[in-house]
Amino acid sequence: MINEPQIINEALSETHEQLAAADRPSEDGLLEIDISGLPAGELVKWLEDMVLIREFEEALEPLTLSGKIPGSVHQASGQEAVAVGVVRALRPGDIVASPHRPHHHALAKGLTPRAVMAELWGRATGCAGGRGGTMHLIDFSLGYFGSNGIVGAALGIAMGAALAAKLRQNGQVCVGFFGDGGANTGRTWEFVNFATVEKLPLIVVCENNQYAVETWIRREMVGGTIAERAIGFGLPASQVDGQDIAAVYAATVEARERAAAGGGPTFIEAVTYRYRGHNTGEVINYRTEDEVEHWRATRDPVERLRSSLERLGQLRPGQFEEIVAGASAVVQDSIEFSESSPVPDPATAGDRVLVTPFDEKGLA
Amino acid sequence: MTAVTVGQAFQQGLAEEMEADDRIFVLGTDLFIRGGHFAQVKGIGPRFGHDRVIDTPISEAAMVAAGVGAALNGMRPLIDLNFIDFAFGAMDEIANQAAKSSYLWGRPVPMVIRASSGVALYSAQHNNSLEAWFMHMPGLITVMPSNAADTKGIIKSALRSDDPVIFLMHKRLTGVRGEVGGPDELVPLGRAAIARPGSDVTIVSSGIVVNKVVKAAEVLASEGVEAEVIDLRTIFPLDAQLIEGSVRKTGRALVVTEEPPFASVASEIAAMVQEEVFDYLDAPVQRVTAAHSPIPHSPGLMEALIPQVETIVSAVRGSVERWPSTEA
Repeated sequence: MINEPQIINEALSETHEQLAAADRPSEDGLLEIDISGLPAGELVKWLEDMVLIREFEEALEPLTLSGKIPGSVHQASGQEAVAVGVVRALRPGDIVASPHRPHHHALAKGLTPRAVMAELWGRATGCAGGRGGTMHLIDFSLGYFGSNGIVGAALGIAMGAALAAKLRQNGQVCVGFFGDGGANTGRTWEFVNFATVEKLPLIVVCENNQYAVETWIRREMVGGTIAERAIGFGLPASQVDGQDIAAVYAATVEARERAAAGGGPTFIEAVTYRYRGHNTGEVINYRTEDEVEHWRATRDPVERLRSSLERLGQLRPGQFEEIVAGASAVVQDSIEFSESSPVPDPATAGDRVLVTPFDEKGLA
Repeated sequence: MTAVTVGQAFQQGLAEEMEADDRIFVLGTDLFIRGGHFAQVKGIGPRFGHDRVIDTPISEAAMVAAGVGAALNGMRPLIDLNFIDFAFGAMDEIANQAAKSSYLWGRPVPMVIRASSGVALYSAQHNNSLEAWFMHMPGLITVMPSNAADTKGIIKSALRSDDPVIFLMHKRLTGVRGEVGGPDELVPLGRAAIARPGSDVTIVSSGIVVNKVVKAAEVLASEGVEAEVIDLRTIFPLDAQLIEGSVRKTGRALVVTEEPPFASVASEIAAMVQEEVFDYLDAPVQRVTAAHSPIPHSPGLMEALIPQVETIVSAVRGSVERWPSTEA
């Protein structure tokens, strides 16, 4: 069923469909990607990472709707190449911080499906002990400096971590993710400006999935692309196809080299697409099913990598199905793990607010 | 021992801690050469270099975010906001990022946010009293010293604390002189002090107001009323023990602050005292605060809104006259 998009900004005369048609690639089939520049021996693992993310995300809708996961979550199905392409270009000690749609980043950075899933369930075995949920995932030991519930805030944490990396001269490079919605909050540009002035080892990644909740970026931003906006801040900025893992990887490798060499931050706008709504359970009436299907058919990041690997003989017949089955089993295990995990002790609910001791009267 | 200004006391404490711990750096606007709007870090820049004293654009969100991220990645930043009013532009970074990390993630944010506060010149947008805002937010420590010795001793403790600390320095105290302690003398966070002992009424205050209260206590003493003056020093965590102990002794409590009255530090202390030591009270706990008003430019208007020595004296007189002490 095709829903009529609701155009709320009448000042812009073009319809959603006219603009979307102009944005739409003319090709009908799956667009090929060039993986010749990628480390060949690792690509099956990359594909496994992407499939795991897809399986993980796709499992969440019924779990939230049934209430097993308290509240809703933000899925990143369709955005796998951004997470895996960026993180695979990093070194293990590097740092990543995510916004509210973070599971793909966290899993790519090495958090286990069990640790993430149990956190969504609010269980004691979750990566934040059940205190954080989807928007406050964490694992400092893996360089994962948290998902964040406030638009633009994760970039600030990555920027500050990059300042520490510069002062400590420890070689770390930091990545701050945000979305197209975050491109319209002022703090984002404070962070970009300061990072550029201070030549911080920071990679600024705008994951432009086109919609800030239900608001289409073409309706809330004029004056060119997000990357073009960034150019005005004086740092290298480019727009890449976020559904092409080779393009994301290449841009991140270049950005990482620049950062590590003291050349300062780089801005990457990865144009991507989320197949699901802003949050689980959302009724989508702001875009057409036709639009979603077109993105899936032409640019699905998993299918594009799979297709390339099969074409080059790096994936044998049936192997993809095995990868999907394996990922599905891992996700199922994470669900069972979460279901059987203990809930946090309510007696601890008020612990750890401060390191400095205080009691209910505030007494130190 | 020579007396130094409150500003110099801060510089001393900061410099000593920076010598001892190379994770500490200072970040803010106009710091390296100017030393900040109140000369609060004058000389620190040339002494420690550009990696330790970092000038920034006027981007408060970026300043505090830089501090939060750096603190999570092993540093101990001091972020200088110049005026606490500028915290409005960084409130998410303070309240939603710095204040939440220990609770959510088990990794505290060892960061000090220094700002000048309190009522002084320059009208409404530079004279907000935000201490109750920070006191209200779980995950923050808020301090407000009243003299040079405490300024030095508390900034040293703040820089060694693992928690985010809001360090409020009253603008009108910047040039006030006093003796300070040596490199190893710290004033602990969360501990109030008795600025003047007394037996008849407990008067609680902080920052520059302590000086007015001490003057009021001298007037009251000439009338035969001995006031015990408590200097909070730390706004949160409150030193409830010291306050309650004093009120048990005096049977009368007054809280004096420069903030607007509603949902204020004064309200919190008044509530705490009546909940905890009601049986010892001879009179209702009184509050003397600023009016529920922005602060105006014209000095006469400004002074009309905030507690003065006379208003403090007359509040105590009124209490004693209406509710005389009942000796057990």
